Amino acid sequence: MGMRRLFGLLLAAGLTLAAGVASAHPHVWITATSELLYAADGSITGVRHAWTFDDMFSAYAVQGLESKTKGAYTREELGPLAQTNVESLKEYAYFTFARADGKKERFQEPVDYFLDYKDTVLTLHFTLPLKNPVKPKQLVLEVFDRSFFIDFQMAKDNPVKLVGAPAGCQMKLDRPSDGTATAQKLNEQTFMSGENTNFGMMFANKITVDCP
Amino acid sequence: MIGRLHSPFARGLLACAAVIVVLGVADAALHDLLAQNPFGAPKPAQAAAPEAGGLIGWLLAKQSEFYRQMSATIRAAKSDGSAVWTLLFISFAYGIFHAAGPGHGKAVIASYLVANRETARRGIALSFASALMQSLVAILIVGISAWVLNATAKTMCKAEGVIEIASYGLIALFGLRLVWVKGGAFIRALQVAQPVPAIAGVPQHHDHGHHHHHDAHDHHDHDHHDHGHAHAHHGRDHVHDEHCGHSHGPAPSELAGPGGWRRGFAAILTVGIRPCSGAILVLVFALAQGLFWAGIAATFLMGLGTAITVAAIAVVAVSAKDIAARLSAGRDGGGALFMRGVEFGAAGLVLLFGVGLLFGYIAAERTTCF
Repeated sequence: MGMRRLFGLLLAAGLTLAAGVASAHPHVWITATSELLYAADGSITGVRHAWTFDDMFSAYAVQGLESKTKGAYTREELGPLAQTNVESLKEYAYFTFARADGKKERFQEPVDYFLDYKDTVLTLHFTLPLKNPVKPKQLVLEVFDRSFFIDFQMAKDNPVKLVGAPAGCQMKLDRPSDGTATAQKLNEQTFMSGENTNFGMMFANKITVDCP
Repeated sequence: MIGRLHSPFARGLLACAAVIVVLGVADAALHDLLAQNPFGAPKPAQAAAPEAGGLIGWLLAKQSEFYRQMSATIRAAKSDGSAVWTLLFISFAYGIFHAAGPGHGKAVIASYLVANRETARRGIALSFASALMQSLVAILIVGISAWVLNATAKTMCKAEGVIEIASYGLIALFGLRLVWVKGGAFIRALQVAQPVPAIAGVPQHHDHGHHHHHDAHDHHDHDHHDHGHAHAHHGRDHVHDEHCGHSHGPAPSELAGPGGWRRGFAAILTVGIRPCSGAILVLVFALAQGLFWAGIAATFLMGLGTAITVAAIAVVAVSAKDIAARLSAGRDGGGALFMRGVEFGAAGLVLLFGVGLLFGYIAAERTTCF
């Protein structure tokens, strides 16, 4: 008797607790293409990203920006915004995580960054140089937001390019299925187990490059 | 004697422990049953049939879906007025699903209701009022900063950031106050359940005085408005819980009274001051399309949907607590002690949320700054 009702109480308490964890649905969608940059000696020097935002976020981001032509923004006009973007991205480690033969690699601050605005959407271009160029047998690059505020999807066509890679390097891309189906793979376990801080992992786009 | 007095409380604790174990095992078993891929194995990519990932997964998928449809619908509304109806429906549905997913607002409301022995009706009223306030705050932020001042996203984001910190601080303060009041009630209930032996020395005397302080605090802070209304509801409890037995739930007529609302206002303000990032994005987008009014309407419908879900959760929380109260009542002092413990715990939860959010231990919905 009492047990069943106490169960109800605890269930309510549990739900309340679960409700305290990360709020999980993306508010920003990014379609990404990434280039892996190689030096002449075959080592990887960095990554060049081009991230296209969804139209809702793009409209939000350009709100209040001055432009000569209404509804069009030049690269120069978007310059300050691009700078804000890359500066803010630092806190999130640029949503880019690299491992060379299993060892974590770190990135320097972005260079060559700019925004362009086309068909009502913004694209952020930036290059992330590796702190130390590496020449691993296997490089794993993951692009995702662990809090899933941003839903990253690699572009349909030519999502990843190897620029100047030695012959024989093989690239493989594991992408999460589309956001809706992926979200459905989440379940209560995700929230109850307390591992929620990492659940964005499920949405990771994983690029693996094997070189001989 | 003491053992007998303690037994309901001890049994309650035991029951809790048992339930947690059962829940854990059942959850793990269910997860194993439902899991289609063992850990580490690659996913059979893009299966057409969605993998049912449980209730939360479904909620997340639904709200994602509705949210994504919003921008296209606002665009469509520019040329086709009837799309506005679709927008309103989507916003309403999004609100319902969004509030059912994880988020701290309803956690604070539910914990507050349990801690403060509120009625379901007040719970519903609080849910609607705080959702309405959330909508208004979002509209005010965008209306003033983007529409009137034509501020940039960066400026808006800073404003959001300030409000966010303020709201977390408010939750923590609110929790601190609840903990203070409920902690006093709990310690007092402990004392009632465990009478101080006659040979008590100086330390107990000191202790005793301390609790009287809490006692006064509680009466002043909490019981004031409820005095004398609840004898009929909790008669059995009342006999053994004379210090705080007067405070079980306000009479319905009191809901509209100024005192009743004043007390709930802190909760409304605490939860309602922080707007939903989604609403801000939708509003700015609508403004950019020259359809700010549609954004405002969508925001209010999101709020309405949110309120309905939060109200439902509030009713569940309040009913569960009422049932537990009825069950544990009439067992000497133990039942009251158990309930004071539950309330104290709920108060602690509010404080934890506030502190956790403030210092970033709990990831909340991020503001759109980058």
